[in-house]
Amino acid sequence: MRKASPTAIVLPLLNDEDVVRLRKAVREELLSLGFGLVDQTKMITAASELARNTLKYGKGGEGHIQKIQESSKLGIELLFTDDGPGIEDVELALTDGYTSGGGLGLGLSGAKKLSDDFELDTQPGIGTTVIIRKWKFP
Amino acid sequence: MERIPILRMGKLLLVTIQVDMHDRLAMTLQDDLTERIVKEKASGVLIDISALDIVDSFIGRMISNTAAMAKILDAKTVVVGMQPAVAITLVELGLALEGVITALNVERGIALLEQNS
Repeated sequence: MRKASPTAIVLPLLNDEDVVRLRKAVREELLSLGFGLVDQTKMITAASELARNTLKYGKGGEGHIQKIQESSKLGIELLFTDDGPGIEDVELALTDGYTSGGGLGLGLSGAKKLSDDFELDTQPGIGTTVIIRKWKFP
Repeated sequence: MERIPILRMGKLLLVTIQVDMHDRLAMTLQDDLTERIVKEKASGVLIDISALDIVDSFIGRMISNTAAMAKILDAKTVVVGMQPAVAITLVELGLALEGVITALNVERGIALLEQNS
């Protein structure tokens, strides 16, 4: 699992209720950063998808929520990390509709579409970390 | 165990989702709805999602599955009250909500369901 930055909010993702709690926490951060409604909806939805993946495929892990800044741009960074089985074929996993778990296969690719930045770091047998960011344009 | 209440109105079943559902609750709702359709011989199901700020792929799938099961049981499903930001997100997500008819509000949804029964 990726270690959290000292200023991040760290939430466990070990059960269904944790996913709901993370959604609420993400919403609060987005609100405090002044993101508009559509951006909020997209990011919380993306967070929900990734949190569920961490729980379901990663066998449980953590979510890190962090305010970020690049020159005068403010943003939010969400990180999802686990010590699960990792993803064997990343390209396949990112394909719309591909699922290894009976889902819709839209979670990973969806989260990528709904956010501004997307990073995936995975090693089969070791774990997975997914990072998404959204920037607020003044 | 927490459950989302399902109301019966004639041959229609009405559900208003007012909580941020965790996955298990969504699955329970799907099962409860299917059971009630059979039990009440319902001809239609109206799912009010006007209170939902977020519809992710799991909830989307729950709604599509419910509609598919309802169809097999000869009932129609209408989803009402989708928030605009949710609609935009679903389109970007590529979530089709197959087999689901949408209506702006409960009145129009019920009218749609009664029209065809």
